[in-house]
Amino acid sequence: MRSLVQLDDVTNTYRMGEVDVHALRGVTLSISDGEFVAIMGASGSGKSTLMNVIGCLDRPTLGSYELAGEEVSRLDRDALAAMRNRTLGFVFQSFNLLSRTSALENVELPLVYAGLSARERHARATEALTRVGLGDRVHHHPNQLSGGQQQRVAIARAIVTHPRLLLADEPTGNLDTRTSVEVMALLQELGRDGITVVLVTHEADVAEYASRLVVLRDGLVKSDERRVPRVARPAPAAEEAIP
Amino acid sequence: MNLLETLRVAVRALRRNKMRSFLTTLGIVIGVSAVIAMVAIGEGAKKRVEESFASMGSDLLIVLPGTTTRGGAFGGFGSMPTLTWDDLRAIRAEVPSVRAAAAQLRANAQVLSEDQNWTTSITGTSPELFDIRVWPIGSGALFTASDVDSGNKVAVLGKTVSDKLFGAGTDPVGLTVRLKNIPFVVVGVLAPKGQSPMGQDYDDVVFVPQSAFLAKIQGGLQKYINGALVIGATPGQTTRAERQISELLRDRHRIAPGGDDDFSIRNLTEMADAQQQGVSTITTLLAAIAAVSLVVGGIGIMNIMLVSVTERTREIGIRMAVGARPRDILAQFLVEALTLAVAGGAIGVVLGIGGGRWLAAHFGWPMLIRPDIVVVSVVFSAVVGVAFGIYPARKASQLDPIEALRFE
Repeated sequence: MRSLVQLDDVTNTYRMGEVDVHALRGVTLSISDGEFVAIMGASGSGKSTLMNVIGCLDRPTLGSYELAGEEVSRLDRDALAAMRNRTLGFVFQSFNLLSRTSALENVELPLVYAGLSARERHARATEALTRVGLGDRVHHHPNQLSGGQQQRVAIARAIVTHPRLLLADEPTGNLDTRTSVEVMALLQELGRDGITVVLVTHEADVAEYASRLVVLRDGLVKSDERRVPRVARPAPAAEEAIP
Repeated sequence: MNLLETLRVAVRALRRNKMRSFLTTLGIVIGVSAVIAMVAIGEGAKKRVEESFASMGSDLLIVLPGTTTRGGAFGGFGSMPTLTWDDLRAIRAEVPSVRAAAAQLRANAQVLSEDQNWTTSITGTSPELFDIRVWPIGSGALFTASDVDSGNKVAVLGKTVSDKLFGAGTDPVGLTVRLKNIPFVVVGVLAPKGQSPMGQDYDDVVFVPQSAFLAKIQGGLQKYINGALVIGATPGQTTRAERQISELLRDRHRIAPGGDDDFSIRNLTEMADAQQQGVSTITTLLAAIAAVSLVVGGIGIMNIMLVSVTERTREIGIRMAVGARPRDILAQFLVEALTLAVAGGAIGVVLGIGGGRWLAAHFGWPMLIRPDIVVVSVVFSAVVGVAFGIYPARKASQLDPIEALRFE
């Protein structure tokens, strides 16, 4: 199978004050369609930078990165934006929803930049919210939703454009254990439906849900192994406890 | 992202901070309303000057007799009669750019009706004067050239005099007024003309034939005209007429080249132009001062947009992460600034027109709202919005999405 993500000897250096920080020192990594990959590493290992590079938010300083057959290091800012819009979906630790904006409108946001009509946006956003189990909360604002619900809105926003790759940066970092399991179950379900998931985490038990574990250290891949993932089984009706 | 969508997002963002948005537009509101009110009042003043000069008659020249010099002291214009009836006839006959000419003799006297009296200006003249000054008759008829030739004791009243002596609404044609105790038959009343540019009432006057004036009101020298000449030039040839009359009179009065004129010619068209130019200069000055506050308003917009960009750094990061291009972010903030400016401009137009009306009503100033100034003000405020919005918007669009997402 052709690789969706193909990194070849990627280095990334950025300046922080007076010193050059070598965040990535030559990462080679290939991720195929349908994989569920966890990237682990201590803080400072370069996993956030790797996430930014894969997510087209940053470009490799040296080396080559092909995403869905496109050489990302040659793309300009507009093309990167288009790539983020069409091919990628992001889920962040702090949800990053627009406040004072309904769940529906938050989910519609990527479709606005994709240039879809209001009617089509509405239909697809509703569908995505239903898929994450929030079909009855479309008009709630983020401050009226629990953390787990907010993260599910964020996931709905990430999948509303039908991306090929879903990037989750510490998606359970701000959630309690039970809600974390629910979110992981949702990500596994999306993975089974064919979306490639790349998960960045520093929690080993969260990484267990992935079918492949990549460990970074000092900007290099230290280990890369496939394994049988643990299946997330959320406690039934857990969400009912939260008003 | 299309423009309508961008506008919707902008309006929404502005409504989140209603008070702040309102205060930000205030600078533009004040600027635009000040420009509109100032120009409206200035244009009104200009129009009033224009109208009052037009009411004096168009293409009008007034020839005044010259000065006397006694022991080095100038007597001033009109201190000695130098213009003769022959001069008047020569001007009529020999100057091609003169349409009509009339003498204007003046005296103040009491006019009596049966039961009222009124002191006013009595003018002795010939019928050409009414044509030169474009002054139609209101009721009755003007006196004629034959009235002038035979010295008939007839009078044409100004509206004010007619009202004072006979009461408003009474037509005095056929009745008699007494001037210096001599009865004159009223043959006509002139249509009202209003005020002169200097605020004098044109209608407070009685016209009689110059022959009757000389015989009964104020005797004069046989040869000389004890008053002024009023000349109507051929339209558009006022300046040429002025020069030709000057040449003719210098020749007739035998003034050597280089010698001083013993008469003076007033060109009212030139005076009107000069006055209008004065008003225009003041209007422009006031509008320029008002326009400065528009620029100050623009700085206010830039200031608040910079604050807004900083506050919403994270939002910008989120938008970029889900696929907003730099130009989408640029458009979003630019449209926000533009919306503020244009909304301010629109409110300013309403306030400016309202304020101008109020000032006009309160101080009795004339005003004239020029639609082009309204359009220009709104366009200018839009330009201010773009000019001062571009820097914050560019700053927003150039943000690094990673930094923006990390922003607390």
